[in-house]
Amino acid sequence: MTSSGETRGKVTGLVFNPWNLLLIVPFIILLTPIYNMQEPEFIGMPFFYWFQFLMIAVGVASTIIVYRMTRKVPTDTASGDDPDVDTLDEGSVR
Amino acid sequence: MAWTQLIVFSALFLFVTYMGFVAARWKSGSTLDHLDEWGLGGRKFGAWVTWFLVGGDLYTAYTFVAVPALLFSAGATGFFALPYTIIAYPLVFLPVLRMWSVSRARGYVTPADFVRGRYGSSLLALLVAITGIVATMPYIALQLVGLEAVLRSMGFNGAGFLGHLPLLIAFVILALYTYQSGLRAPALIAFVKDILIYLVILVAVIYLPIKLGGWSEIFGDAQDKLTSTNEATGKPYGNILLGPNNQLQYATLAFGSALALFLYPHSVTGILASRGRDVLKRNMSALPAYSLLLGLLALLGFVAISAGTKPLVNNATGRPDGNTVIPELFNGQFPAWFAGIAFAAIGIGALVPAAIMSIAAANLWTRNVYKEYIRRDASHAQEAKQAKLASLVVKFGAIVFIIFIDPQYAIDLQLIGGVIILQTLPAVAIALYTRWLHRWALIAGWVVGLGWGMIMLYGIPNPATKRAHFGGSALPLGDLSILGWHPFGDSPMQIYVGFVALAGNLLVALIVTLVIRRMNVSNGVDETTGEDYHVDEHTENLRPIAGTGTEPPKAEAAPAP
Repeated sequence: MTSSGETRGKVTGLVFNPWNLLLIVPFIILLTPIYNMQEPEFIGMPFFYWFQFLMIAVGVASTIIVYRMTRKVPTDTASGDDPDVDTLDEGSVR
Repeated sequence: MAWTQLIVFSALFLFVTYMGFVAARWKSGSTLDHLDEWGLGGRKFGAWVTWFLVGGDLYTAYTFVAVPALLFSAGATGFFALPYTIIAYPLVFLPVLRMWSVSRARGYVTPADFVRGRYGSSLLALLVAITGIVATMPYIALQLVGLEAVLRSMGFNGAGFLGHLPLLIAFVILALYTYQSGLRAPALIAFVKDILIYLVILVAVIYLPIKLGGWSEIFGDAQDKLTSTNEATGKPYGNILLGPNNQLQYATLAFGSALALFLYPHSVTGILASRGRDVLKRNMSALPAYSLLLGLLALLGFVAISAGTKPLVNNATGRPDGNTVIPELFNGQFPAWFAGIAFAAIGIGALVPAAIMSIAAANLWTRNVYKEYIRRDASHAQEAKQAKLASLVVKFGAIVFIIFIDPQYAIDLQLIGGVIILQTLPAVAIALYTRWLHRWALIAGWVVGLGWGMIMLYGIPNPATKRAHFGGSALPLGDLSILGWHPFGDSPMQIYVGFVALAGNLLVALIVTLVIRRMNVSNGVDETTGEDYHVDEHTENLRPIAGTGTEPPKAEAAPAP
């Protein structure tokens, strides 16, 4: 759902997608009182530390989901073989 | 002199030097005499190169040396670096795409180029460029501090000029290959740097806790040491948890640093060098792998407490140098050859960002000062030449910085840089979305934010190092004064100066905009169009890279539909 105008088939102005709101989730790490405590410990690490490590995964999940969900349906230009990260592509130069 | 360490370090250093020089031919375009090529590596880096480049760019010697040192000396407050890098990517995920697109469409090389095009104001662009250069200089100096900490741990701990000589040599080499190869040099070296760093940190965080009796033991030792009384201040050093007064500081520092991260010119350079929006989006999910590394590394500060590591006395200043804590930890706990690898990882980890930062600063100088004010008709080749020379000047500026300023202040310098660069947020980041803020209001906000930020920083003492000014970036709310009015009474709760200064900046920009709009003052001409913010690598009729009139190589390799 794009809420702004497309002129001549090209995107202009702001494009808003509700999935983008997921990017706000990792910001709960700014609320220090919810994790600034010793217990429960994990392998001897206070909660304060391992909770923040866990939040890395939340941050990654939020950007991955937004990336996947806001990807444009393949149009004529992006035909099929999207150069893959795993192929050490740098796709271009050969 | 630690010979084994020194030999391993030198071998790896020579290897990356070689890479730095041959990098000029790596995926080279038709010419290096163009800023698109020298300064942005041809704007064609794919997902992997971008990951290594931006990772090598953002996670610097500051990460490897100063963050653990901060945990070592002050406890939990130093861990802000983790939340900072967790929120940075979700925060910039969308704006960075707009920045890439508009720069690709219009040929912008620096953030100030964008401001110039968006507002038609070379003055505003100049302010943004100068802010960027000034904020980047101490950041480059910080890399030197990291490099020097390693060199001193290896035995090059001389006094006076002799003590800085190895650093000077390393930097001359760096300067030469950056001059020749441009952004391709750090991009290629970043591979080596990151592989070494991952290796060292993973070994360190598995091997050291086992050797020292487990994390439980380590946190216990750290708590005992941190809660003992610091004789210099009569208070405890810190705590492994946050106290009632520094939680707001922790959160605002993390948030403010995240806002600042992609305003730094060198971050923008890394972004603009990528091939397209998709590469960037993937990297926003992949770059947090470095955050994991950073968090683990930070904990080595506690490991060092538990291992009884003592910071080396810096013979140039005569005082213990906190930045040597991690090198000394490696020296004491690892076999000599592995310590050598660790030192090389930190040393090369200082060179990569230093190279990118000097290129970014050189781009700013060339595009927004030289071409704007000194030589308007400069050709692309002249621009590239100018940038190469400027990169040399910037690097030697940083050296001068380091020889005359105590390395102990490395992290504070960077924090000051953060306060400064944050003041360009309205003109750069907000302008990506709207031109509602008036250009004169942006200038007014910048002046107020910068001035107020510096005044606040000036007024913060550091009792531990017995300095009366520029002692840190944590401001007690009770000291927050708005023209003599203290809105928070005498609250001891602390807040990040940059955050306060930015709030002042935005408020002024807002008010001045409202006033100035009634006076019909021109807001400049916007050369960008709505479409510019959405172009991607495959968009038709894109401006050719390096102005050669030919399509970039990727277009030929792209499959015909």
